[in-house]
Amino acid sequence: MILDLYRIAEAIRASHPDLEFDVKEGERRVVFKVKAEKLHNFIKFLRDEVGRDFLSTVTAVDYSDRMEVVYILGSYSDGFIFVVKTEVDRENPEVESVVDLFPTANFHEREVYDMFGVRFRNHPNLRRLLLPDDFEGHPLRKDYEWW
Amino acid sequence: MEMWVNFGPQHPFTHGLWRLKVKVEGETVVDVEPTIGYLHRGVEKLAEKRSWVKFIPYNDRLCYVASMGWTEGYVGAVERLMGVEPPERALYLRTITSELQRIASHFVWLGAYSIDLGNFTALLFAVREREFILDSLSRLTGHRMTYNYPRFGGVARDAPNGWVERTIRYLNRIERKMNDFVNLMLDNETFLKRVQGVGILKKSVAKEWGVTGPVARGSGLKVDVRYNDPYLLYEEIGFEPVVEKDCDCFARYMVRIREIYESITIARELLMRLPEGDVMAKRVPRVPPPGEIYYRVEVPRGEAGYYIVSDGKDVPYRVKIRSPAYVHIQATKAMMPGCNVADLPAILGSLDVCLGDTDR
Amino acid sequence: MGDELPRVIHMRDGSAHAVVGLDSSEDFLERTDGLVGKLAQDVRKGLWKVLGPLLYWGRGFSPWGSHFGIACCSIEVPMAVFGPLFDVERHGVLSPSTARQWDMLWVSGTVTRKLAPRIRILYEQMLEPKWVVAIGDCAISGGPFYDSYNVVKGVDKIMPVDMYVPGCPVRPETFIDAIIEFRRRVREGKR
Repeated sequence: MILDLYRIAEAIRASHPDLEFDVKEGERRVVFKVKAEKLHNFIKFLRDEVGRDFLSTVTAVDYSDRMEVVYILGSYSDGFIFVVKTEVDRENPEVESVVDLFPTANFHEREVYDMFGVRFRNHPNLRRLLLPDDFEGHPLRKDYEWW
Repeated sequence: MEMWVNFGPQHPFTHGLWRLKVKVEGETVVDVEPTIGYLHRGVEKLAEKRSWVKFIPYNDRLCYVASMGWTEGYVGAVERLMGVEPPERALYLRTITSELQRIASHFVWLGAYSIDLGNFTALLFAVREREFILDSLSRLTGHRMTYNYPRFGGVARDAPNGWVERTIRYLNRIERKMNDFVNLMLDNETFLKRVQGVGILKKSVAKEWGVTGPVARGSGLKVDVRYNDPYLLYEEIGFEPVVEKDCDCFARYMVRIREIYESITIARELLMRLPEGDVMAKRVPRVPPPGEIYYRVEVPRGEAGYYIVSDGKDVPYRVKIRSPAYVHIQATKAMMPGCNVADLPAILGSLDVCLGDTDR
Repeated sequence: MGDELPRVIHMRDGSAHAVVGLDSSEDFLERTDGLVGKLAQDVRKGLWKVLGPLLYWGRGFSPWGSHFGIACCSIEVPMAVFGPLFDVERHGVLSPSTARQWDMLWVSGTVTRKLAPRIRILYEQMLEPKWVVAIGDCAISGGPFYDSYNVVKGVDKIMPVDMYVPGCPVRPETFIDAIIEFRRRVREGKR
C-alpha cells in the first residue's frame, strides 16, 4: 500500500513540476507543499483526477515568519489522506476559496478567518463564526495577548 | 408570505446551544441559517499553554457524551509522533472502552430523540440501560462521564478483579432489553410515519457536504474510519460497517440501533480474549520530537481528526480538532428546504449534534 | 479588557441595561410611595407577618428547575438525574421547557461571552421569586477554562447566585443533596 502511495505522488509531481511532497514511513499520509497561486487548480486536480472527494478540514498554522494554510483531503473509497499546505504572508494573508469545489468548506474557511485573519477570495459569506461579532483580534495568532 | 422563525439558543429540541433561523412560507421550510459559537471555550489556544500531559482531560470535555473516543484520538496521535506502541493489554482495554462508550452515547441519542417525538418512556429506558455501562466504566476509571483514562503509552490503571465478568453480564442484559426497546419504537405507527421519508440526504449531496459517521452510512456510503483507516485492534477483528440505503431519518435511526448491537458483540468478544500483561509501555519519552501528524478516530458521531504540530518543546505548538457535528450542522442547508416545520425535530435529532466539539 | 465583565450588558440594537441587585418581594413593597400607597403598605406588612411563614413553607415543596443545559454538566443534571436511578422527581422537581415557569435557573456549564446576554435575558424572563444555582466548576469560577479569552469567570459576574454546587462534572448525588438543602432553607425563610 505504501508503494502505491509513493507511485501516485510521483505521478502527481510529474504533471505539476514545482511541487514538494513527503510520504511518511508506514502511514497512509502524503504531505504536499504548493504555491498559493496554484492551489485552487491543484485541489481541483486532486478532486477530479485522483478521486479525493472528501474535504476533511481547512486550517492554518502560524509560524513566526510565515503562515501556512492546510487543506486535508481524503476519499470515501480508501483510507489515504493528502495534506496540502500553502504558505501565505503573515501581515496580509489572502488565499483563493474552495467553496465552489467543496460546499463544506464554508464553515471551515470562516473559522480560519475568525481565528487567524486569513481572507478567502470569492467566499460568499466571510464573517465571524465562533466568536461574538464585536470581538477584536484574531486569537490563534501567536502575537495575540494572553489574559 | 415568508417569515424568519428563530430556534434560539435555548430550545429543548436543538440538544445543545446553537441557533437555527428558519425561513418559512406557510408551513414549508424554504431556507435555514445556523449560528454556532455559544460554547466556544478556546480549547485550541489553551492547548498551547498547558503541557502535553495536562491537555489530556480537556479532550474529555470536548464531546462530553462520548469522551473516551476523543481522548483516544489525542493520545493516539501523540503516540504516533513519539513512536511509542502500547502493550497488548492496553490496546484491548482502549478498544473495549471505546466500544462501551459508543453504546452509552447511542443510548443518550436514543433517549433524547424519543422524547422529541413524544415518547417519554423510551427516555427512561435509555437512561436506565446507560447506567449499567456507566457503572462498569466507573469501576474501571473512577468517574461516570469524563474519564481521563488513556495515557501516552497505555492506560492509566488496570481493571479490578471481577470487572470482566461483571461487564459481560451487563452486556448480556442490555442485549436482552434492547429487543423490548426496538419493539417499543418499531411497532408504533405514529413514530414510523414521522420518521420515514423525512430529511432525505442523497448520496452525491452527502459527499459534497463532507458528512461522515451514521449520517453518511444512512445514505448508502460505506465509510467508517475503523474500516478504511484502521487503528487500535479493528484490523485484527475484521470490522464491517453497518450501511443502510434509504437516505432518510429512519435509515439513520436503524444504523445507530444496529451499531449498538454490533458494539455489544465486539466488546463481549474482546473481553473474553483479554490477555494478561502490563498496561503501560516501558519507555515513553517526555515530549514528542518535532513533526506533524493527522490522526483520525471514529467517535459515535462521525469522524474526529486531530492535526498536531510539535516543535519539541513542553507545550504543543498547534492542536487542530476536526469535529463531525460541525460539518453536519452545515448539511442542514441541504436537508431541510422542502420539509414541514413539524419535521424539524425529527431531522435535527437524527443528525445527533453535540455542541461541545462543534464549538470547542 | 480585564478579568471582569462590565456590569452593563450591551444588546445588539444599541440599548443597554445594567445588572442591579436581586429584587425580592419584600423589597418591592418598600418602594411603593404615596399616602394611599403607605396605608396599603402597612396593611400588607401586617398581613405579611402572618402569611409569610405559610408562603415560605409552601414554596419549598415543588421547586421547578430549568431545562437549560449548556455543557458537560448538562448530561448529569438535567438528564441523568431525572432517570430511574437518581430519581429527583420524588423531591417535587420538574423541568418545564419555558422560562416563565421556572423557579430555579440551573446554570450547568461554561458561560461564554457570546452567551452572557442571552442568559441574562432568560434570568429576567423568570418570575419572582427566583433562585440561581451555579452547577459545576465552570459556572462557579470558570473551571478548567478560567484563562480562556471567551469565558466568563463564573456566572456570578452576571447575576446573583444563591447556591454553588461543586464538581467537574457534578455527581447526581451531590445535586440531590443540594436540592434537599435548598428546600430546607426555603422553608425556613432564608434565601
